[in-house]
Amino acid sequence: MSPGIFQKLFGSARKSADADIVPGQKVSRRSTGFGEFIRAISREQDLKILDLGSTSPANITFMTGLGHRFQQEDLLRLSNDKTLLVPNGDGGSGIDIDRFLRGNLSFSRAEFDAVMFWDLADFLPEVLVKPVIERIQFAMKPGGTMLAFFHTKDAGPDAPFYRYNIVSKDTLELQPVRGFRLQRVFNNRHVENLFHEYASIKFFLGRDNMREVLVIR
Amino acid sequence: MWKRKEDEYIPPAEPAPSPSYTPAAPAPPRPSEPVRSEPTYASHSNEVATIGKSVVVKGELSGSEDLIVDGEVEGSITLRGQSLTVGPNGRVRANIEARNVIIHGRVDGNIHASDRVDLRKSATLSGDIATARISIEDGAFFKGGIDIQKPEPGPKIESKPQASAAAAPPPAPISTQGTLLETKKA
Repeated sequence: MSPGIFQKLFGSARKSADADIVPGQKVSRRSTGFGEFIRAISREQDLKILDLGSTSPANITFMTGLGHRFQQEDLLRLSNDKTLLVPNGDGGSGIDIDRFLRGNLSFSRAEFDAVMFWDLADFLPEVLVKPVIERIQFAMKPGGTMLAFFHTKDAGPDAPFYRYNIVSKDTLELQPVRGFRLQRVFNNRHVENLFHEYASIKFFLGRDNMREVLVIR
Repeated sequence: MWKRKEDEYIPPAEPAPSPSYTPAAPAPPRPSEPVRSEPTYASHSNEVATIGKSVVVKGELSGSEDLIVDGEVEGSITLRGQSLTVGPNGRVRANIEARNVIIHGRVDGNIHASDRVDLRKSATLSGDIATARISIEDGAFFKGGIDIQKPEPGPKIESKPQASAAAAPPPAPISTQGTLLETKKA
């Protein structure tokens, strides 16, 4: 985990949500990590795939086209539900983690063969990152594969949140989504700590301030 | 030019205030004016029932005609062989069984559609979908699972094979433009 690392890297004067995010055009991106992910799930059919990113018709089409079952849960949007906020001790408010986990990621043990986590760890509220990773581990089958992306510090605090649309087996289309700001960045050690309960982790370094990670349950 | 797009949601026209209902024959169109059809939600069926936006229904809804829900429904909806449209004001908390399901509003419940499910850009669906074809517009929110099923086989039409037909090439596949998912190959 990386508590406070955002402040260390980018300072504490953060602007209000989405004030600076200008929706750009869709960007096409070749992804080695995604290519490996697809290879892992193409060996057999009728796997159960969990997509935790923004709802993407392209992803549904692609995955069901491979003969897999598909589950969608737009985790970041769900975590921004205002009804989850409860007053905390210092006069502010915080997310009711138990309530969030009761209403979301409510899956059986070892239900999924593969999970597309994308770059949610960089955007989720801090208090949810660890519980979410643990819940996903619970829901994944042993040997299952998870794809995650992490920004490097060079991405900067205004790195937009993207919806990842699958174009082909090694190409993604990145579509900016308003309303979310980068909360933190993880270095390699943080990433390893985040997934320390998982069986293995493999890094793919991208050229665009992104690290792609393939995690095996 | 004047033809309405089939996938466009057009709210029903406000009824003209009148003291009593008098069915009137439609006036013939003037030659100089283009003919415009009355706006409807489901253009492919003559019988369409509507639950208006101020109506709240709790219980089991079933029927054999198309249904538009622009109000609130809680319970279950069964329209075998027919279409259900949830309008932008529609709030449905029910499991749904129908041939086609088109959602503009909000649905909490599982959907079983023998033919097709359309989630339009304003749609919010929390529940599982089992259908043969599905279309999700950009902007729609979906939380749940998708099970693409084989379409139910239609009635078999028997005809005598013709000599020329045997040599003819197979018919072109039906266009499925706008359909994002096709039937999963067995």
